[in-house]
Amino acid sequence: MNAPTMHSADTPSARLAFQLYVAIGIAVFLLMMIAGAVFRAAQATWLPIPASFVYEIMTLHGAGMVGISGLAGAAVMWYFLRRYVALSTGMFLAMLALSLVGVVMILAAIGIGRFAGAWTFLYPLPAKGMGVWGTHAAAAFVGGLVFIGVGFLLFYLDCALAILRRYGSLAKALGLDQLFGSGPVDTSLPPTVVASTMVIIINVLGILAGAVVLVMSLVSIYLPAVAFDALLMKNLIFFFGHVFINATIYMAVVGVYEIVPRYTGRPWRISRPFLASWAAVTLMVMAVYPHHLLMDFAMPKWMIVAGQVLSYLSGIPVLLVTGYGALINIHRSGLKWDLPLRLLIFSLFGWAAGVIPAIVDGVIRVNLVMHNTQWVPGHFHFYLLLGLVPMLLGTMLYACTRTQWAETALDRAAFWTYGIAGAVFCFVFLAGGWLGVPRRFAVHDVSWLGFAQIGTLAAVLVLVTALVLGVRLLARLPRASLSAGM
Amino acid sequence: MQNLAWALSLILMAVVAAVFLWVVKGASRPGGDGGAIARTAFQWRDRLFWLVIAAGAAISFATLREWPIAGHAATAAKPDVVIRATGHQFRWQLERDTVRAGQLVEFELTSADVNHGFAIYKDKNTLVAQTQAMPGYVNKLQVRFTEPGDYEVLCLEYCGIAHHNMRAVIKVRAGS
Repeated sequence: MNAPTMHSADTPSARLAFQLYVAIGIAVFLLMMIAGAVFRAAQATWLPIPASFVYEIMTLHGAGMVGISGLAGAAVMWYFLRRYVALSTGMFLAMLALSLVGVVMILAAIGIGRFAGAWTFLYPLPAKGMGVWGTHAAAAFVGGLVFIGVGFLLFYLDCALAILRRYGSLAKALGLDQLFGSGPVDTSLPPTVVASTMVIIINVLGILAGAVVLVMSLVSIYLPAVAFDALLMKNLIFFFGHVFINATIYMAVVGVYEIVPRYTGRPWRISRPFLASWAAVTLMVMAVYPHHLLMDFAMPKWMIVAGQVLSYLSGIPVLLVTGYGALINIHRSGLKWDLPLRLLIFSLFGWAAGVIPAIVDGVIRVNLVMHNTQWVPGHFHFYLLLGLVPMLLGTMLYACTRTQWAETALDRAAFWTYGIAGAVFCFVFLAGGWLGVPRRFAVHDVSWLGFAQIGTLAAVLVLVTALVLGVRLLARLPRASLSAGM
Repeated sequence: MQNLAWALSLILMAVVAAVFLWVVKGASRPGGDGGAIARTAFQWRDRLFWLVIAAGAAISFATLREWPIAGHAATAAKPDVVIRATGHQFRWQLERDTVRAGQLVEFELTSADVNHGFAIYKDKNTLVAQTQAMPGYVNKLQVRFTEPGDYEVLCLEYCGIAHHNMRAVIKVRAGS
């Protein structure tokens, strides 16, 4: 509802680029869901596959999901940001091309080289395959991540240049001049530009840190005599990983800001609390990463304290600004529900509810007995499977629907089954964490099997319903429009 | 602690779900004055914000006033027994594996190769305490075993393809 100015040409090639992202996004999400379900089924002893292969599947699932979440989130950001600034379709496609090169390298590392070092490539594990994987396999995996990172960096630099050309500085695009100014807020600054600027700032820094640690990892793989500080490497890896995965949802939420007001007729305008929230999130997403390192007692105490306190504070913008803001926007608005809108509002629930167990886990005393249990996949699946994925699906469905979505009974059934089965899947993880079941175990002890078995059944249901929703989206893909809702 | 974390999470998630359901149920009803709704809701949000900040300050004070990582506290208690432990792919090397119930045991954890997670379980479903074992660093984990029995040690940081088999047992015997 913020009067968009079409700054990027609505060309056939731009439309095709978006369609490519959507099609590849659906395909990869579904494939990675299959990988995740196989991982869970192996834990449930329902698939007799060797542990080494299970860990390869785990590595593939993690790397694939993080990568495709980043690409799909970037596609949503590009789709709406280009309405306000001039973005390059070439750079958008370059990100996809470089990512595909990275994907081929990662697939080769896992499928041929038997690499199973997990997507987090925690130093010095890639270099210590114990004869299962070799140096070239580890290097191919790490090198593949470098290619993907370079692709994203090009995209963000293009976005940054476009924003600078229109708004003069990143500070202005983030609304800092208005936040700290005394006059009335100029509501012509679109929330999309504010959110995109935040993502550009954090992810450029995150990817640069990632590039440093990836190059250091490559050195350690080929020159084992060169040893790096394990704690420094861990800090760099978790800074990069935390920022990157968080950025995916902050890119996707642009879809909520842009689409929900079109259903309610109530514009989503910036305000000082909105700007304060995004300024705070910019800093907090980068500063909060030590909450992954609470069990590294050698960390400086002030960083551990910051990890706990910022972990708590990070939930406020999600719950009280974006989630609460969406509820205010739709309350008694007379909107008409359809599949894209259902998915978008449900995604906000998944995100808002999912941050609660994450915040709980960020308390050091809790972390002492729940870190690296299934509590962790419990909370991150909550805000990714029930938050990010429906947010992306809802936005992409909207982009492919020129008129109102003609909702069928199958759509409604798929939506509700996805939501309920997804919630069961996540709660089983959380219950496992409550009872100490470890995460990332290929083989589960007998007393843990029930969790894995219920989790597998839920995963299969999620997969089937995601397939239905994905096929519905693919069927509408030829109708995709870069100006949906304008 | 696990029970508290589980119960608190469920309650707060249920509150979020209830609020969403309530709003969603009435969203398709027309007649709401967007401006009036926003004004009232933002007033409530301001109060809620300060409530959340106050709760955060209280939680931080309660959980951090005494440093929660006992072995690294400025006033760390002197342990009765110190056990140096080293993680290897895929085994734990413990200087000793038997202690008396009631003793304050300090595990000094490091790793000979990659990152490991040293987690002590009372039974399969009760995690007592944990820390990371990292090459080049020593993390001190203090545990007072109050009940005799065999406590299993699992690795909770993924360390390679036999990660799930990296286990040890600490035998806690009745105190003399």
